[in-house]
Amino acid sequence: MSFKTEELKRLKETILKMASLVEVAIRDSVKSLVEREAQLSDAVIKNDHVINTLDVQIDEECIRLIARRQPVARDLRFITTGMKITTDLERIADHAVNIAEKSRDLNDMPVTRAYNDISKMREVVQRMVKDAIDSFVNEDRKLAKDVIIRDDEVDDLNASIIDDLISTMIENSASVIQSTKLTYISRNLERIADLAVNISEMVIYMVEGRIIRHMANLNELNGKL
Amino acid sequence: MNGIMNGECEIEVKGLSFYYKRDLCALKGINLTIRKNQVTALIGPSGCGKTTLLRCFNRMHDNFSGCRYEGEIFFNNCNILSESIDLIDLRSRIGMVFQRPTPFPMTVFENVAYGLRLRGIKNKNELYEYVENALKQAALWDEVKDRLHANAYNMSIGQQQRLVIARSLAVNPEVILFDEPTSALDPISTAKIEDLASNLKSKYTIVIVTHNMQQAARISDYTGFLMLGELIEYDSTDKIFTNPSNTMTEDYISGRFG
Repeated sequence: MSFKTEELKRLKETILKMASLVEVAIRDSVKSLVEREAQLSDAVIKNDHVINTLDVQIDEECIRLIARRQPVARDLRFITTGMKITTDLERIADHAVNIAEKSRDLNDMPVTRAYNDISKMREVVQRMVKDAIDSFVNEDRKLAKDVIIRDDEVDDLNASIIDDLISTMIENSASVIQSTKLTYISRNLERIADLAVNISEMVIYMVEGRIIRHMANLNELNGKL
Repeated sequence: MNGIMNGECEIEVKGLSFYYKRDLCALKGINLTIRKNQVTALIGPSGCGKTTLLRCFNRMHDNFSGCRYEGEIFFNNCNILSESIDLIDLRSRIGMVFQRPTPFPMTVFENVAYGLRLRGIKNKNELYEYVENALKQAALWDEVKDRLHANAYNMSIGQQQRLVIARSLAVNPEVILFDEPTSALDPISTAKIEDLASNLKSKYTIVIVTHNMQQAARISDYTGFLMLGELIEYDSTDKIFTNPSNTMTEDYISGRFG
């Protein structure tokens, strides 16, 4: 194994370490809401700095590799993808912190139907993040495309949850505070799914060298994929 | 990203100035620590003094009259600029590889065995063992093991350069000085020499002069930038190539002059 290959392997491992911490943050932030375990929220908030530190470390390592190893072609695409997806992962972790903060506030309030829907949405979103990372690890363009397509499902779930919460607020004004916080949580999960899509788009760039971001619609995207 | 300067000192340069003739000052008060088992690159525009500095480390300038050193260079607690130094011993402990390969007009085997014979090693098995080991370290063994007794001049230039490296490794030096070792080589041979330099540092201390900044970035742990005989900046290669402290260094490595 050449000198450079070892460094790229190490970089990949660090990105994976960051991704696994981010997955735990998503899981625990929603679990804290559903299972009413405030300490899980506290842990997500407390551990966010570890993810932030890894974000900076990975950026520094990517800059160092570009300056010192002069990567080209596949290696260059891998490193630029690494830099971009860690920015997305860091943002995902911030959304998990937002969810954790709201979950902690909601622990004293009664459970509503929205909790189940949010739990279901969390499962779909978390799977998207995991698959986006797996597609990066395995350079799997098909899986990356699949993640992009699944975003519509999350958008629908988000719209449906927010509709229900608005109805609840209209019916019962006493639920406004709780429902607003749940709306934020749903919105944060929807943003996490968007970031998983960003990661997948970068994976397609990494594997094929084609930039597919900002396609107007899925049909156009399907034509490109 | 901060420059981290650690590791054991191999060569300590203190206030070194060098004159080619009475009034031609090529190096001006250089202070520098070469770290053990690390690759140190010296970069700078033509005429900046990088090769002059490299040649001070094994007193190559002594071959020319009228040269004068000022200051000190400590190697194993001994000032190698002192009159009493045994130059043959010094040059076997601090070997040198030049721009163009300099094989002797003899076989591959005899080229590597040359220094060993000078040291009085005559036993054939012992010689063979040393030669094989040196050629393996120089990543040349697999290519020449079946033609050890062919003339070294029949090898490619890239192979000849690795042969010369094997020749200097055979006498078990502590430091190897590379003076633009790849400037005459094609890209594949260059990559081989670069890999070799990176691999050899576990056993040897390496100092390399190169015109090619990208090469310095790729293979070195520390980099010194020289200009007009002065050491402008010396730091970890990470620091020099991502965030140098001196604007002259920045301008040079980003191609704004030189």
